[in-house]
Amino acid sequence: MAEQITNKDIAREENLVFKRTGVLTDKVMHYCPGCGHGTVHRLIAEVIEEMNIQSDCIGVTPVGCSVLMYNYLDVDMQEAAHGRAPALATAIKRLQPDKFVFTYQGDGDLAAIGTAETIHAANRGENFTIFFINNGIYGMTGGQMAPTTLPEMKSSTSPYGRDVKMMGNPLKMTELVAQLPGTYYVTRQAVHTPRDVRKAKKAIRKAFENQKLEKGLSLVEIVSNCNSGWKMTPVQANEWMVENMFPFYPLGDLKVDGEMAK
Amino acid sequence: MKELKLLKGNEAISEAAIRAGADAYFGYPITPQSEILEYLMAEKPHERTGMVVLQAESEVAAINMVYGGAACGRKILTSSSSPGISLKQEGLSYIAGSELPCLVVNVVRGGPGLGTIQPSQSDYFQATKGGGHGDYRLIVLAPSSVQEMADFVKLGFDLAFKYRNPAMILTDGAIGQMMEKVWLEEQQPRMTEFPEWATTGKKPGKERRIVTSLDLDSAMQEKFNRKLQEKYRKMEENEVRFEEIDCEDAEYLLVAYGTSARICQKSVKIAREKGIKVGLLRPITLFPFPKNKIKEMAGKVKGILSVEMSAGQMVEDIRISVEGKVKVDHFGRMGGIIHSSEEIVTALEQKIIGG
Ligand SMILES: Cc1ncc(C[n+]2csc(CCOP(=O)(O)OP(=O)(O)O)c2C)c(N)n1
Ligand code: SF4
Ligand SMILES: [Mg+2]
Repeated sequence: MAEQITNKDIAREENLVFKRTGVLTDKVMHYCPGCGHGTVHRLIAEVIEEMNIQSDCIGVTPVGCSVLMYNYLDVDMQEAAHGRAPALATAIKRLQPDKFVFTYQGDGDLAAIGTAETIHAANRGENFTIFFINNGIYGMTGGQMAPTTLPEMKSSTSPYGRDVKMMGNPLKMTELVAQLPGTYYVTRQAVHTPRDVRKAKKAIRKAFENQKLEKGLSLVEIVSNCNSGWKMTPVQANEWMVENMFPFYPLGDLKVDGEMAK
Repeated sequence: MKELKLLKGNEAISEAAIRAGADAYFGYPITPQSEILEYLMAEKPHERTGMVVLQAESEVAAINMVYGGAACGRKILTSSSSPGISLKQEGLSYIAGSELPCLVVNVVRGGPGLGTIQPSQSDYFQATKGGGHGDYRLIVLAPSSVQEMADFVKLGFDLAFKYRNPAMILTDGAIGQMMEKVWLEEQQPRMTEFPEWATTGKKPGKERRIVTSLDLDSAMQEKFNRKLQEKYRKMEENEVRFEEIDCEDAEYLLVAYGTSARICQKSVKIAREKGIKVGLLRPITLFPFPKNKIKEMAGKVKGILSVEMSAGQMVEDIRISVEGKVKVDHFGRMGGIIHSSEEIVTALEQKIIGG
């Protein structure tokens, strides 16, 4: 009779095909199930591990649902005031140019209260990376309208849908920033399918690697769901995102290696 | 070797910052302090010491650059004048709440609103009571000469690092624009080693550094607040600075800082020529405030006049210190008008001696 193979035998080091990255801490994430924040955190952590830059990374967290990102990522981090992360990152990178510096910001943080800091850091060609999580809403404060909220989209402060005549138009910050000579890489990604996760991870890696070239700012937008704020199940939210968010915020590269994508 | 130069107050700040080994300056132009950024840009500190100097897109951005740099354990300063300092308040609250050192210069102009570009002392409340949201204080230094503008840059950085708290030089357009001879310290090297709390990249096997002012647990947040308050009490014990002029035999006391203190020196002379024994107490630290000294003086004099280029702000701290023991009143001009020495003597006669 053949020998029994036990679980212990299978779980040997040489049989491992997947390991959780050590750049993520053991802390349980506070995000709603199905939210994109957790996925993006993990991708950033994996890239940091794969590039072996954990001891050279300094991250800046925003005010928004991801304010506590510093609890999950095992790198040095600073927590900025609402919208000001690019100002902090400007100073960090100028004082420590050999470090990999990044901000992680929501759409309210980056495209409303922090518009000036975003545009000017980009326009100065600051040599750090911005991760921009666009879920079209203010998740943390309970689903209020964001600058990115789609026309007709309902939120707690546009309960009958966003009336653009009264409330203004959604702002495409990524398109805006791509126009600026100071940006080197601008791309829009998603993390709702394994295929998109793989593409997003590549973009995140490129955005980090660009810092070695010292050619300007890299910005990776991730269009994500806020199922809680949108008042949908995670599956519904992803379907709604594909049907409504992607046509308005099309995925793909806007600028690569300093050249606008065709 | 020390060096003697003829400089404007604002320029003295810049030169002293380079020589103190400052790592960065972030600022936005506003009268009457734009010379600070202009002088720095002209001096090319990146060539002299490697210091970073950047004109930010706003005072809001500038103070948040200060925050980011301070969290790296570096010596960072910014400067502005009243309206710009108002914009920096949220950032200052974050910096105090994250226990970071930095130096902020406020070359005060008359307010409220856009006000005037002339000198004023009407930002005393904002500077000494916290200014932004939450229970925090700044260390506030009030220079009354170009020499002190230079000296307080180093002192401000030293105190800021000692207590991990923002320090402010509270001055005004008169001292900022005035030229005087100033002895400058020799060049200090920039730091090469940084405090253990600084975000310089997580060392293998060591804990990561997190700079934040957030604590969702109220009990922890209260504990942290108590720690901050302890720090402020320590400052009150150890860091009070003031100057006494003709106080020994004084029957009446003027209390004034900065530009007002310089004008009051002449008022003391005029009054003494008239036979009135007047002394001058000049607070150098506005926070911590020399309350014990003022309390002591209240036991000796017949009345105290606070002289400020404002509607009367420091006078409230004097009243608290005096605990009702003697008469306290305020005299001061506003809106960018500087009182004359004679006006002050008349006010003393009318409000304190005669009143
Ligand atoms: C100065 C200031 N204004 C407002 C707030 C309240 N606030 C906290 S998070 C937030 C919006 C966050 O939305 P977003 O950036 O889109 O992040 P999300 O939570 O959606 O990831 C607001 C308005 C604050 N903390 N500070
Ligand atoms: S509220 Fe929205 S953004 Fe925040 S964790 Fe939940 S799903 Fe994510
Ligand atoms: Mg959002």
